[in-house]
Amino acid sequence: MSIKLEAVSYTYMPGTPYEKRAISDISLEIEKGEFVAIIGHTGSGKSTLVQHLNGLLHPTSGRVLVDDIDLAAKTPEAKKIARSVGMVFQYPEHQLFAETIYEDVAFGPRNLKLDEAEVRQRVELAMEFVGLDYGKFAHRSPFHLSGGQMRRVAIAGVIAMQPDYLVLDEPSAGLDPAARNAIFAEIVQLYRTRGITVILVTHNMEEAARLADRMLVMAKGEVRMDGKPKEVFRADRELLHAAGVDVPRMVELVDALRLKGIDIPEDTVSVDSLVREILARQRRENAC
Amino acid sequence: MLTDITLGQYYPGDSFLHKLDPRTKIVATLIFICSIFLASTYVAYGVLFLSVLLAVGLSRLPAKLVARSVKPLWVIVVLTFVIHAFSTPGAALFEWKFISITDAGVQQGVLMSLRLVFLIVVSSLLTYTTSPIVLTDGIESLLNPLRRFGVPAHELAMMMTIALRFIPTLLEETDRIMKAQVARGADFSSGHLLKRAKNLLPLLVPLFISAFRRADELAVAMEARCYRGGENRTRLHQLAYAPRDGVALGGVLALTLALAWMRWSGL
Repeated sequence: MSIKLEAVSYTYMPGTPYEKRAISDISLEIEKGEFVAIIGHTGSGKSTLVQHLNGLLHPTSGRVLVDDIDLAAKTPEAKKIARSVGMVFQYPEHQLFAETIYEDVAFGPRNLKLDEAEVRQRVELAMEFVGLDYGKFAHRSPFHLSGGQMRRVAIAGVIAMQPDYLVLDEPSAGLDPAARNAIFAEIVQLYRTRGITVILVTHNMEEAARLADRMLVMAKGEVRMDGKPKEVFRADRELLHAAGVDVPRMVELVDALRLKGIDIPEDTVSVDSLVREILARQRRENAC
Repeated sequence: MLTDITLGQYYPGDSFLHKLDPRTKIVATLIFICSIFLASTYVAYGVLFLSVLLAVGLSRLPAKLVARSVKPLWVIVVLTFVIHAFSTPGAALFEWKFISITDAGVQQGVLMSLRLVFLIVVSSLLTYTTSPIVLTDGIESLLNPLRRFGVPAHELAMMMTIALRFIPTLLEETDRIMKAQVARGADFSSGHLLKRAKNLLPLLVPLFISAFRRADELAVAMEARCYRGGENRTRLHQLAYAPRDGVALGGVLALTLALAWMRWSGL
């Protein structure tokens, strides 16, 4: 059970003067249960890449296999498997359309041809998951909510389809820190309790380092690096800079401390582990 | 997908036609179109054909692209030929019951269809070699003298510019919303007419909301910069005539005079 890309390339508007190659020759496999962050500069091909994962775009060359089924095949299985990959776009609140929040969240499940009782149950569950009280919000208009709440409704609309894979394209763009943290907490909770695969597109390194257990760095339509966040941030800085990726502040801090001769393990990436390291060092020094 | 649609049909380039002032191109195209209707003899058609060929050559556009411009209208071209072939009186080439094709009819049909093809090619040369924004500038500048008679030239041009500016944005938005809804299992392409119209709601509602939001934001931004219409407004890109504009206009006028002379001398 995995998403597998085999030498995938995609070109926008081939054969016109505006032809543009967005991604070229990408091969990778995302296993079920992984939390993958895709980072890279604007225009590095992140969004194009993730749109291949549920068949919104079909590769100009190469193949995309979800659970061993080719998404480009025009079979009912391919259509069905594409629906197991949920996709939250950038600014997903712009896709809201229904008169009530209930109707909007129910849109996806209804398209899965579920019966109304099941739809209702899923809507309740999804709304609860994103922290919207069903009794209070279900029959309100989504257009009278705050930006953060609207985004939650939109995310609930995708979660209600109960996807096995969840792709999120910059889910925190344009939100204040409180709303951002809330949304990430919900995603992490979803990942832990449901065991779904999460693919997070972001250019916020702190988020990527904190949440993901695998990181893909993209630049100019290619995957330049692939590994654990620690490894990626420890890898060639030149390469990271060339990809337009900034190292998280934590990593910079550890670097600065190490330059001063304070011995902290190089792979410390979280605040907690750094504090632990420093405390341990102090204790050792005091003991002497 | 949807964003693959190119705006207008501007084909970027650096040819003689591309570099002409948009006003020259608009006026020259209008004169050329009028002169097409002056042609009535084979010689005149020959001259016209050569001039169209020369214009296409000067634009340095791929021949395939120019040919493609005729494609959407070929039905009309064929229809024109058929109607003329059947309805012009003359010596019959083919007769069956009440239907007859005459030699004069075929001749007339060919000439009329040719006229249409010339017309299409010449006007698409204008849109192929001029970007929509520059074209709008040209139209504004040409309409300016009419301001005295109450024609709101600047406002019309501004409206056109804004509309053109937002077509790609809205197309992109449509594409994105469509993808988002398709990812939620929406189906825009099957079912009977009424069902399909209903299926479009999840696309149209967000699209309208975003269009109104954008319009509102733009209005506020324009007001914040004290926009107040065309009075005493200067522009970044001034239109300026160059010698080549004189050459182009002279060429088109010479062609028109030649065709007029051929018509009245019966050549």
